[in-house]
Formats: sequence, C-alpha cells, structure tokens
Amino acid sequence: MSMAPTTKSDGFFAHIFYVLRGNPITALAFILLAFFIVCALFGPLIVPYDPLASNTSNALKPPSSDHWFGTDNLGRDVFSRVIVATRLDLLISVSAVALSFVIGSILGSIAGYWGGWLDAILNRLLDTIMAFPLFVLAMGIVAALGNTIENIVYATALINIPFYARLVRAEVNIRRDAGFALAAKLAGNSDLRVLAVHIFPNALPPMMVQISLNLGWAILNAAGLSFIGLGVRPPTPEWGIMVAEGANFVISGEWWLALFPGLWLMLAVFTFNLLGDGLRDIVDPRKRT
Amino acid sequence: MLSIKDLAVDFQTRKGVVHAVRNVNLHVDKGETLGIVGESGSGKSVTSYALMRILDAGGTITAGDIVYSGIDLRHSSARDMRNIRGREISMIFQNPRAALNPIRKVGHQLEDVLKTHSQATRYDARAKAISMLEAVQIRNAEERYHAYPFELSGGMCQRIVIAIALACNPQLLIADEPTTGLDITTQKTVMDLIQSLSQERQMSSILITHDLGLAAQYCDRIVVMKDGELVETGKPKSLFNNAQHAYTRKLIAATPRKNASIRDLLPVEEQQPLPERSQSGETLLRVNNLVKTYAGKNGPVHAVKGISFDLKQGKSLALVGESGCGKSTTSSMITRLLDCSSGEIIFNGQDIGKIKLRDFAQHEMRKDIQMVFQDATDSLNPRHSAFQSILEPIKHLTDLRSAKRQDRVYELADLVGLPHSLLTRFPHQLSGGQKARVGIARAIAVNPQLLILDEPTAALDVSIQAIVLNLLADLRAKLGMTYLFVSHDLHVVRLLCDDVIVMKDGEIVEMGPVEEVMDQPKSEYTQSLLDAAPSLSKIVE
Repeated sequence: MSMAPTTKSDGFFAHIFYVLRGNPITALAFILLAFFIVCALFGPLIVPYDPLASNTSNALKPPSSDHWFGTDNLGRDVFSRVIVATRLDLLISVSAVALSFVIGSILGSIAGYWGGWLDAILNRLLDTIMAFPLFVLAMGIVAALGNTIENIVYATALINIPFYARLVRAEVNIRRDAGFALAAKLAGNSDLRVLAVHIFPNALPPMMVQISLNLGWAILNAAGLSFIGLGVRPPTPEWGIMVAEGANFVISGEWWLALFPGLWLMLAVFTFNLLGDGLRDIVDPRKRT
Repeated sequence: MLSIKDLAVDFQTRKGVVHAVRNVNLHVDKGETLGIVGESGSGKSVTSYALMRILDAGGTITAGDIVYSGIDLRHSSARDMRNIRGREISMIFQNPRAALNPIRKVGHQLEDVLKTHSQATRYDARAKAISMLEAVQIRNAEERYHAYPFELSGGMCQRIVIAIALACNPQLLIADEPTTGLDITTQKTVMDLIQSLSQERQMSSILITHDLGLAAQYCDRIVVMKDGELVETGKPKSLFNNAQHAYTRKLIAATPRKNASIRDLLPVEEQQPLPERSQSGETLLRVNNLVKTYAGKNGPVHAVKGISFDLKQGKSLALVGESGCGKSTTSSMITRLLDCSSGEIIFNGQDIGKIKLRDFAQHEMRKDIQMVFQDATDSLNPRHSAFQSILEPIKHLTDLRSAKRQDRVYELADLVGLPHSLLTRFPHQLSGGQKARVGIARAIAVNPQLLILDEPTAALDVSIQAIVLNLLADLRAKLGMTYLFVSHDLHVVRLLCDDVIVMKDGEIVEMGPVEEVMDQPKSEYTQSLLDAAPSLSKIVE
C-alpha cells in the first residue's frame, strides 16, 4: 500500500486528539476512564493493604494517613477494597453492556432491514422485556440458575437489549433504501453484507452515546443487585456490597464505610456519562474536517 | 424601497472567519422583481438572510446598511424585526415541506400568522385563511384547510407557503429558490402565481435562483453574484445578450439551450472535439410489457402500466416525465433493484427479470448493468472514503488482485478527472461535483455495458453540470457504453441522448428521436412540458 488511502490509523488518532482538544470535558472523561482502567488492571498490585486481610484490633478507624478511607468493622482497609473492587464492577458492567450491544444490534438490524412480520414479532418481544423490572428478573434468574456473577450479567444484559435493538432498528430502517445501500447492492454485495458492512456502521455514532450511558447504568445496577444480596457475595470487595454493609454503621457515626465506595460508584457513573458525546464524535467520520 | 449598501457578512467557523458576502450594493424599487442569480456558495441566500436578520448563529453583518422604507434593518431591535418579518417582508423557502409544521393543519398555520400580526381575530381568522387559500388557487379550499402538509403534493405545499407569506400583505417578498425540487409544469404554475399575485398587490419581490432561464423569464432586473460579490447587474435582455463579466458569460454558456451542442456549454478554451462513438446496432436491452403494481392503502397502485421499448448497443435513451410518472420505477426494475410485477427485461438475450433480486447481486450480469444515482451525497457511504467507494464494486465483481485493484481505482479517478489527493477524503469533505465524479467512477469501475443515469446532474450547479455532462459524453465514446438517462430536464436530454421516451402516469406518451420529439411533439403533454421549461433561448438572440 503505497499511498495508504485504505489505512486510516494515523488519521484516526489525529482525529481523537482533535476531538479531545476541542472538548475538554471529553478529555477529562478520558483521563478518569484511564484511571479506572488502571485500577481495574493493576488494582491488587498497587493497593497498600490486602483487601481481604482483617485486623480486628484496628477496626472502624476513621480516615488517616495510614488508612486514607479508614477501616471497616473487621479492620480491613477501605481504600484498598474500593480500588480492588473496580475490576469486578467494570467487568460486570462492560460484559453486560457488550452482550446487550451485540444481541440488541443483531435483533435491531434484522428488524429494521427486513421489516414485516419479523419486525412485528421482535418489537412485541422487546416490549415485554422492557416491561420487566430488573430486580424482579434478576431475582428470577438467580432463583432458577443460582446466585452467581454470570447470572447477574445475563440479567443486566437482557434488560438492556431493547434499548439497543430499538435504536439500531430505527437507524437501520431510515438507511435501508438510502442511495449508498442501493449502490452497495449494485456493487455485488449480498443483503447481509449491505446490512453489516454498509448500513450498520452508520448507526454507530448514536450507539456510542447509548453505550456510555448504559455502562453507567450497568454499574449502578450491579451495585444495586449486590446491595440487596444478589450476585456478588461478601467478603468480595464490591462497591454495592460495601455501601450496603457500611450503611449499617452510618447511624453510629462511621460514615466513611459507605461514603467512599458510594463516591467511587458515583465517579464511575459520572465518567461514563461524560464519555458519550466524545465517543460519538470519535466514531463519526463527518466530524473530521 | 429597499436599499443595501456595502453589505458584508462574516461567518465564524472552525477554520477561521469566512467572508460570505462582501461589498454588496443593491436596491429594489416598488413593484419591481429583482433576480439574484449565482451558483451555490455565491452568497445569494446569505444576502437575503442578512436583510431578514435570520443568519445562522456564526454569522454577523460586519459592515454596510440595510434600509427598508426608511427603517434601518441592521440596527433595529429584535422586537421590531419580528413585526417586520411576515408583515412587511416575507420569505418563501426552498423546501416547502420543511417550511411547514408537519403536525399542524395548514389552515391553522395560516391563521397563526394572521393572528400574530393582528390581521385577524379569533372570529374571522378561519374565513380569511380560506380566502387566502383560494387566492393561491387551491381548489376545495374549505377541505384543504383541514389538510396536513404530508397529505399535499410538493406544489400544493409551496402554494400554502406562498399563502402564509402573503397573508399579511407584505410589501416585499423574498423567494429563495422557490421551485427547486418541483416538477417543471408545477414550477411554471407556482412562478406564474407568484408573479400575478405580486402584480395584483403591487408588491416588490426578490427571486433567488440558480436557474438563469427562470430569472430571465420572471425578473425585471437581475444581479449576478459570485463568491460573495456582485459581479454584474442589468435588465435580463441586455444582460444575457451582452454580458460584460466573464463569469456571467460562463454561466450563460453553461446553461443548456436549444441550439447548443454539449461542447458549447464549456468555456471555449476547454472545448475539444467529441470523440467518435461506436455503435454495433445490436439490441442490448428489450423491455416487453413491463408492469409494476404496488399494494396501496386504497387498492393497488399502478406505477408502471406495461411499457415496451428497445435499446440498441451504443445508443442513449432518455426517460422523461414528471415525478410519479414511473420513470424511476422503470429504471429501478431494469437495474434489478426492484422486482417487476410482470413483463420481460431481456438483456443480451436473457430475461433478467426472472432472476431473483437476492441472487442478482452475485450474478455474473451484475457488473454489466450499473447506475449513477440522483443524489451523489446520499449514494456515497458517509463512512467510506472516495477510494473505498470506488473500490467496492471492483472488490466484489472482478477477479483483480489487491495491488491491481488499487491501480484500477487510480485509473478510474484519472478517467473521471478526480485528483488522486482527494481519494482519501470522506464524502462530506468533497464538493457536489467531486461527489458526482466519485459516483460515476464507481458506476463505470466494472466496465458495464448499460449505464443507468438517474438525474445525475439534478443537484449540481450549471457550470458543474456542463462538465459532468461532457464527461459522460466522453466516457460513452471511450468505453462504448449504452446509456439509459432518466431526467425531467428536456434541455439536458437533448444534449446527451439520441432517443427519448416521454412518460406520464406509468405509460409511454411519446417516443422517438430526440430532435423529432422535441421539435415537433405529437402529444399535448410533451408540448406542455416543453412550454413549461424556462429557457434562455427565448430571450437570447
């Protein structure tokens, strides 16, 4: 490839840089995201204490220079637990969102492209899922299949599928008869290729906003589910459980037990919410000038 | 009545300041129709937006005075401007459907404007609205009062917009490309309506258009704009017969007219003799009793009612007619993008109508029939660079290896005159003419025998249209292609095609050699199409 019109990597990174420079909030979101990713990848290596090691002689100490976020009722270091929990929380939310993105995209694309009775059936199915409260569904799945993290992921993914499917369906539907889709057919693409290679990628920009908002929601959901005792079980460090356990101590004055994991949870959701617009601009070639 | 002095408008953009309009001086007298002509980007719309003070967020008037009947429009308050808009100065926009609120009855929209400017009360608004609808010659005005915009045709919507614009008896009407996108006969009725209404009310008007023929026919005085500056001004007759500025002359030359050949549209220094065309005289395409019927809400809709014609190899055939006549449906069926209800499409001796749509994408004949789409922007994938777009058919329909494929794309870019440096760009980074070239390069990439051209120049400026038409003529001779040219513009058809089929309501009204049909039309319908087309030749000697 001499002139490299088909490789677009350098243009792509230049474009990311351009988007970040033009939009400082996106840059902030990316910095926060990088922080969370580092925590998720290297959390256990960088924390000062073992998140599971209890030390009853040092229980319920307020934040200090030794224990930044204080210690809990078993004397475990809250800071270490909050950082280590990042991996699990991100894992649950990212895999749940990835699952619903993939399944929702496939269902939505099929419904939007071929339409007809397939569309009608899929839509009613999605309506039914949308009407299901997450917590009831999660309890049902856990009751039927067992209280594991995977099952919590499946429940969260299932609940989110309709949002992706609806969005993709609309985006695909308006492009079904667009000139470039017809041109792709003339160029010898089968229907499936036209859909997957030509139409679907054009639905990505609005999807990115949905994904990032959804990631925030999924973290909250995972935390909410473990708060009521589904999915993750103690002593595994996880933000939802830590808030749940800490809540018992707020009345007696040990506020740091619930506050710091809650704060981290909020920060994570905030990061993903900020990320949306920036991600959309990055995947949209029309934003490149 | 209106005078604009030294107007300058700047736009703040990502790439710095753009001077959209500079040093524009013009005036409109009472009862006069002023035409502003120019190509896209010439600043003709911006000028009118500036005087209405409805510029986009990034635009500011940086210099000059706009005075209307003694009122300083540039410095008047937002509140005064609201009173002036609609009551003193009204505007008609390009896309009537977009200018109307889609979920409000048209009658109510008319009442809104009357009430806003205290021209009607709750009690007489309805009656006044209906009388306005009658004034713009809408039949069954009482019924139409309750119609929603989507229930009306484009021409009808534009009449509603005119009714709204004229409801409060403004003294000045600005029409910004009021008939772009309308059929040629509808264009004539709409323009005649605007003309008669403004004469009746002794109203002044400004007609902004890219169509010189239209401006020549309906304006008392014309100004020509280029790159934000006034180039020339004058009465239509003297301006078009004796243009002083080179740009005006170029525009006039590029406008298709009766006694010009396709090469005459280009500037003299770029004219080269047309290459010889080879024609074997064999029948390439035979269409037999082709029918398309859709299932509609109120029974079946007959889009194409059994048409038959032959197309010989190397010839160019035009399908002409107004929107809804079935010409696009016919071309879609021949391109095998649409199934026919019955009939035969015999291409090179084989009935391709029998092959399933799904299978035809991978059929060996796919590469023999290609198409150039009407809207170049819409027909290019926004996520693909020009290179990728042209590569697409080569990848799927030829056996070229990847290194050869790239060479082929460069070769095609040369053939259609697209600089290689533009190949890495995305569609939104290309101009209209460049996008049209990419579309043509893609269509001819696999050496099709039959090329279907669906109004390939409809969205282009006249000077770009001239270049693209010449390019098509050159390619036809060079590659020995056969064209099926779908258009509503008879002047363009005359330049490029050998034979013409005039369609109406899914049937063929008339067919024959272009000169014969256009000079001695046998049917009234063809005659009315020819009469409706605004033409420079009526005025240029």
